[in-house]
Formats: sequence, C-alpha cells, structure tokens
Amino acid sequence: MPEVTFEGNTYVCSEEETVLECLHRHDVSIASSCLNGICQSCIMQSGDGHLPEKAQSGLKDSWRSLGYFLACQCRPTDSLQVARVDSAETKFRATLTRIEPLSSTVIGVWMRPELRFDYRPGQFVNFVREGNLIRSYSIASVPALQDELEFHVALMPEGKMSGWLHDNARAGDSLDLQGPLGSCFYVPGKSEQALLLVGTGTGLAPLYGIVRDALEAGHTGPIHLLHGALEVRGLYLVDVLRQLALEHDNFTYTPCALRTAEEQAIEYGDISELTFNHHPQLKGWRAYLCGHPDTIKPLQKKCFLAGVSMSDILVDVFLPAQ
Amino acid sequence: MSSLFEEIGGSAAVDATVDVFYRIVLADDRISRFFENTDMDQQAAKQKAFLTFAFGGPNNYSGKDMREGHAHLVADGLNESHFNAVAEDLTQALQEMGVAQNLIDQVITIAASTKNDVLGL
Ligand SMILES: Cc1cc2nc3c(=O)[nH]c(=O)nc-3n(C[C@H](O)[C@H](O)[C@H](O)COP(=O)(O)OP(=O)(O)OC[C@H]3O[C@@H](n4cnc5c(N)ncnc54)[C@H](O)[C@@H]3O)c2cc1C
Ligand code: HEM
Repeated sequence: MPEVTFEGNTYVCSEEETVLECLHRHDVSIASSCLNGICQSCIMQSGDGHLPEKAQSGLKDSWRSLGYFLACQCRPTDSLQVARVDSAETKFRATLTRIEPLSSTVIGVWMRPELRFDYRPGQFVNFVREGNLIRSYSIASVPALQDELEFHVALMPEGKMSGWLHDNARAGDSLDLQGPLGSCFYVPGKSEQALLLVGTGTGLAPLYGIVRDALEAGHTGPIHLLHGALEVRGLYLVDVLRQLALEHDNFTYTPCALRTAEEQAIEYGDISELTFNHHPQLKGWRAYLCGHPDTIKPLQKKCFLAGVSMSDILVDVFLPAQ
Repeated sequence: MSSLFEEIGGSAAVDATVDVFYRIVLADDRISRFFENTDMDQQAAKQKAFLTFAFGGPNNYSGKDMREGHAHLVADGLNESHFNAVAEDLTQALQEMGVAQNLIDQVITIAASTKNDVLGL
C-alpha cells in the first residue's frame, strides 16, 4: 500500500483511497469543497513520487511542474511526500462593495479585488471563509463594462456561505478568493457561430457574463439565452435581459418556468423540452450549459445528440459542496 | 512502413472520430443503455482510449484491464450481439469519416481480438 507523508507523519493509504480521504480518515484537516476535481480547493504539493495523471488534470502547466495536485483526485500508486500549498500563491483578498437582492431567493454580491485580477466572464472563483469553508461562485461581471466583480448567490436553507452573505456580510468586509477557475467562457474568433446558453437558477450568473462578453466582442451570430426556474419568482434580471434583447438584434432571451402561473411572455415547462422545441437541430452551434447537475448533465447529452460537437459544449455544473 | 495508427491519422483522427462514433453509439438502441449512466466528460476520454486502442495506437491496456473494465457490463447482460453492434457502429463511423476500407478492416480486426476479454469469456 502506498504511504502518504504529511507534516512529519506517515499514513497508509488503503486501496482505492484518495490522498484527501486518507488524510481526513486520520483527522488531518485539509480544506476541500466539491470533491470532484473542479473547485481545486484541496490543492497540495508533492515533493517526489509519481502522481497519477488524473491528480493534475486541469491544473495550469506551471503548477503541474511544481508538483501541485488535487488531493481529492489523487489515488496514489507510489508513496508520496505531500505538503500544503502556500496559500499566498492561490488566494487573494477582495472587499465587498455591495450586497443587494436580485429576487426573493437570489442576492447579488459585488466586490473589488485588492490586486489586479484577470479573468474571463463565466469563470468561477472560490470564496474562502474562516480557513476551511470554501464555496465556488461564477463570475457574472464583464471587465470591459465594470470594475467590480459581480456574483449571483442563491439562498440555501441553512446555507453556510449563502446564509452568511445574506445575514452577516456587509459592504467593507473582506473575503479571501481563489481563482479564476474553469473554462466555461466566450472565446473570440468565431464571431458568426450560433450560441445557445441554457441556465437554471443562478446558472444565469456565468451566462449573464458570457452573453455580455460576446456582445461586447462584436459577436454577430445568433445568441439564444434560455433561463429556467421552478417558479416565475425564481427568475431574475428579467427586465435587464429583455432590454438587452431589444438593443441587439442577434440576441434572444427566453425566460422559462416549470410551474404554471399567468404571466406574459414567460414560457412554461421543462427547460430541456423548451430548448429543443426551439432548436431541434444544433449542428455547428456552441452550447453553454450552467446550473444544477440534474438538469445540466442530461442537457449536455441531448445537445450532443442534436449535433453539437463535444468540444463545443461547455458546462458548469453547480455541484453542492460535500 | 508506417503503422495503422499513423496511416489513419494518429491522435487527430481519434479526436475527429470520437464525436461521430459516440453520437452513433448513443443513438443505437441496441447498446445505448450501457452508456446511459456514464458522465459525458469522462466518457469522451474513454471513447478516445477505445479508438486509440482500436487504431493500434499507443496505449497501456492489457487483456486483464479490458476484462476488468467491462466486467460490470457483462454482469449487466453484455453479450456477443452488443459486441457486434459496437463493431458495426465503429465501421459506420469510419465510413462516414471517409477512411479507406482496407484500414477499416484492420481496425475491426484489432477490436475483434479483444472479444473474449471484453465479454469475459
Ligand atoms: C463551479 C461551481 C460554480 C458555482 N457557481 C454558483 C453561483 O454562481 N451561484 C450560486 O448560487 N451557487 C453556485 N455554486 C454552488 C455554490 O458553490 C454552493 O454550493 C451553494 O452556494 C451552497 O453553499 P452554502 O454554503 O450556502 O450551502 P451549504 O451549507 O453547503 O448547504 C446548505 C444546505 O443546502 C443544501 N444544498 C446545497 N446546494 C444545493 C442545491 N444546489 N440544491 C438543493 N440543495 C442544496 C445542502 O445539502 C445543505 O442541506 C457553484 C458551484 C460550483 C461547483
Ligand atoms: C470492441 C472492443 C472494445 C474495446 C477495445 C473497448 C475498449 C474500452 C476501453 C479502452 C475503455 C476505457 C476503460 C477505462 O479507461 O476506464 C472502455 C470502457 C467502456 N466500454 Fe468498452 N471496449 C470494447 C467493447 C465494448 C462494448 C461491446 C461495450 C458495450 C456495448 C462497451 C462499453 C464500454 C463502457 C460503458 C465503458 C465505460 C465503462 C465505465 O463506465 O467506466 N465496450 N472500453
């Protein structure tokens, strides 16, 4: 069995166990969140030993060469010496500037990073509070349009991060961030390609960034955004998006709600069915799908079957923290 | 003499074929159920591994890996008819890609050589 040596102690990794599971089993506290290799919050460094390919998947080259790896994705084959990554490398501070409701269940959170921060709208960052509470949030802002970072946070019952942001956080407070992460963003170069964007709940956040980024970049192909919520009151930014659609001929916005209620110009039904009613054929399109995994994962497969090339489907699944 | 893998077009051909092949497989009612619960992102990587193998490209798979990798599918009813369906789908994909028939025949020969391991016979 491979051994994991950390801060002077050596632990035996049992079969099929990840480095993170092994350390947690021995009551070693290591920050983690999604446990799926997405949020990168469990990043560690290995001094020696062979790292499985999967343990470094998605990390930037400079980090890979430093032996950085994701503890939740690392099932070691060799014994490893591992260390925490100096947090100054991966974290930076930002100051909250504004917190406002966007609907009865979603708040907008704006902040200003202390240092210059380069990102692409649609990427995400991790909010880090009190060391080990880590949650990922997608960036809704567009650098060319605003200085502040903008996020849309859905209020969860008993939510540790969303509840704190809603109840306790105030403008002027500061927070540690990690990122930017993820590859769900607009790539200039194919300005005539048709774009489909489908989001559920706060899955609108990255899409709101991506749509405005594409329009700002002069995208000329059709852009269709469908936003789904369970109920009409779960929709937000409806007026802003309707206005944007009036200003841009190539941009269409379709708000959708699963449950019926009388409201003009809102489509009712399953977001996936509505999407394919509009677009039974998607050959040559690029698709951005963001939100809850239960909706997004099947949608991903359907988009592929409707003709979107695998490399043209970009997804951001909002996996709940474990 | 160049290898089959090079003649087909190497990893670029794998990347180009994976879309076409996987779309045919998912739409094939005879076998699609085996792929129902797999994650698209992981599955794309596995399809690439499959194609690289079938094209005679560099891979680390042993017969034992093939056996273990498909054992849960055999337990779920995977049999020869499904195996043949995959071979047909692969042929169709390569034809759609315009690959020469003599190369397709070689690919199918490699795939067929794994039959006993894949089906756990
Ligand atoms: C890449 C990525 C991007 C994300 N982007 C965003 C974003 O832009 N906006 C946003 O609001 N969220 C986003 N999330 C989700 C976010 O990271 C948190 O999981 C979420 O805000 C809940 O955290 P919390 O601390 O408030 O709740 P927790 O304390 O983690 O959970 C409180 C309770 O709510 C339940 N719960 C948590 N999530 C869900 C859910 N989705 N559905 C039903 N029940 C749930 C938990 O099981 C628990 O019982 C993203 C996640 C990922 C992985
Ligand atoms: C024709 C010969 C075949 C070859 C060479 C082959 C090869 C492979 C390879 C290399 C993998 C990836 C393993 C990994 O890295 O995890 C794989 C996975 C898989 N194969 Fe095959 N395969 C064959 C036949 C089949 C057939 C007939 C089916 C079912 C109809 C099938 C279904 C699957 C599935 C579902 C997986 C993913 C398993 C998982 O969920 O992890 N394969 N195969």
